[in-house]
Amino acid sequence: MVDSRDHVLSIQNLEVVYSDVILALRGVSLEVPSGTIVALLGANGAGKTTVLRSISGLLPTHRGEITKGAIRLDGDDVTNRTAASIVGHGLAQVMEGRRIFPDLSVQENLRAGAIVRRPGREELQASYEAMLELFPVLKDRWESAAGYLSGGEQQMVAIAQALMAKPKLLLMDEPSLGLAPLVIEQIRDAIVDINRQGTGVLLIEQNAQMALSIADHAYILENGKVAKAGPADQLRADKDIQEFYLGMGEGGRTRLNEVKSYRRQKQWSS
Amino acid sequence: MNDFLQLCFAGMALGARYALVALGFVVIHRATGVINFAQGSIVALGAYFAFNAHQTWGLPFLLAAIIAVAGCAVVGIIVERLLLRKMSGQPVFSVIMITIGLLFVIDQIITMIWGQDAQNLGDPWGIDTVEAGEIVLAVVDLWAIGLAFLVVGAFFLFFRYSSTGLAMRAVAIDEEAAMARGISVRRVVATAWAIAGSVAAVAGITLASGPAALRPSVGLIALAAFPAMILGGLDSPLGAVLGGFIIGITQTLTAGYQPAHASWLGQDFQSVTPYAVMILILLIRPHGLFGTKEVERL
Repeated sequence: MVDSRDHVLSIQNLEVVYSDVILALRGVSLEVPSGTIVALLGANGAGKTTVLRSISGLLPTHRGEITKGAIRLDGDDVTNRTAASIVGHGLAQVMEGRRIFPDLSVQENLRAGAIVRRPGREELQASYEAMLELFPVLKDRWESAAGYLSGGEQQMVAIAQALMAKPKLLLMDEPSLGLAPLVIEQIRDAIVDINRQGTGVLLIEQNAQMALSIADHAYILENGKVAKAGPADQLRADKDIQEFYLGMGEGGRTRLNEVKSYRRQKQWSS
Repeated sequence: MNDFLQLCFAGMALGARYALVALGFVVIHRATGVINFAQGSIVALGAYFAFNAHQTWGLPFLLAAIIAVAGCAVVGIIVERLLLRKMSGQPVFSVIMITIGLLFVIDQIITMIWGQDAQNLGDPWGIDTVEAGEIVLAVVDLWAIGLAFLVVGAFFLFFRYSSTGLAMRAVAIDEEAAMARGISVRRVVATAWAIAGSVAAVAGITLASGPAALRPSVGLIALAAFPAMILGGLDSPLGAVLGGFIIGITQTLTAGYQPAHASWLGQDFQSVTPYAVMILILLIRPHGLFGTKEVERL
């Protein structure tokens, strides 16, 4: 095993139970080496969001509990810490469905993201400028209520808001969901930019195409377990993954729902 | 004309007190979505704290007032810590019922400690007045109006510029998303209850000072402040103040003119006007005058 200090995130043998009865994760181990992008792929209900909630300390809100395993952030054990303490420790997440504060202006949304590190006025200003450099379109919407922005712009606000905490690791839950292809490309480029500046990224996606195109490593989650893991280009070449996640299978099953229903049949019959 | 102006001033003085009570409702609703029906009893508690510190312990009035403000902030935090926090995630209806129960419990505690009899708060304003032309202005009323504006101004600055104020707005909009940003929801909620307690004490002191006497029933005014809050919009401090003035002025004008001009409405009609005005305005603007509709994507 590699020294955990080289990993911004390392999860060992994580088991999570919801409402005392529903076993959502059954021994998941996962690592994000510092400065890399790691993709976590899987179908609906595979446990991707549960992994994310465990890391970010939001399990209790959903009556979930870590029953086994450990989560280390930058070498320190953060298992079962409160969300506020984990964010303070260098983790920020972009939640599924964006979850920005619609009634607050773009500027206030970004300021809310920085509350945890109590920045001074100049520090705050510098962070604003860095975000506007990353997402120049937000400049024109600076004072408008974030809820009135387009889906793509809202996703940018959500990412910028998370970055305002200056995280060492950025968790992203389905950042491409519900966005137009062109916008997805912009978001993807932004993720690459963020990563280049040194932030580790754990990218949770159903859009495997997009995720594998930028990830260094990837994990495939199935039924609360890691079914496959490896370097992204290796997984991209994998026949099963091409068929089930990239829609490149034989027999013309190129539409996602066809692939999915086929996959379900296969799961049940196996 | 002078009668009219005099009544308007009396209405503003009354409205300022409604506004101070309503601001306490607003801050808790804004942070937690709960309407704290016990607010009225905390208002009364604040007045009795001041009375106790000033008359019983013999402390200067200003110091007694500060003690009352701090004391009610502590009461707010205790109520939240012991009762409301346990109810987090439970139906809002149950939470509201708890605050209604608490209203009666605190009332009973007040009569246990200080009795039913009217007391004199011993404030320095007494029955002093100043004259502006033909109109007589009670000093205590000027203080009440000034304090209402001061508090709403402080609220405005707090919500707009302070980190805690922004955190409070974020928690009110989406609690989980606020947690994901590292905001401590517990601290935000505790702060909201502390602020509501402080404002309640200010309201209580202005209600019980001057020619008015201090009785346990002083908190009942919260029932009339309620329309003021609804009218202004549940989550708007400015709305609470304007709502308070509208309700206060219509009430004193009704008290001044209705017996002579519309006696068929019966006696004491002015006590109904807050609710009548509230119903009228809600029919036209269901979210109140300044309440925010939820932002919806267009």
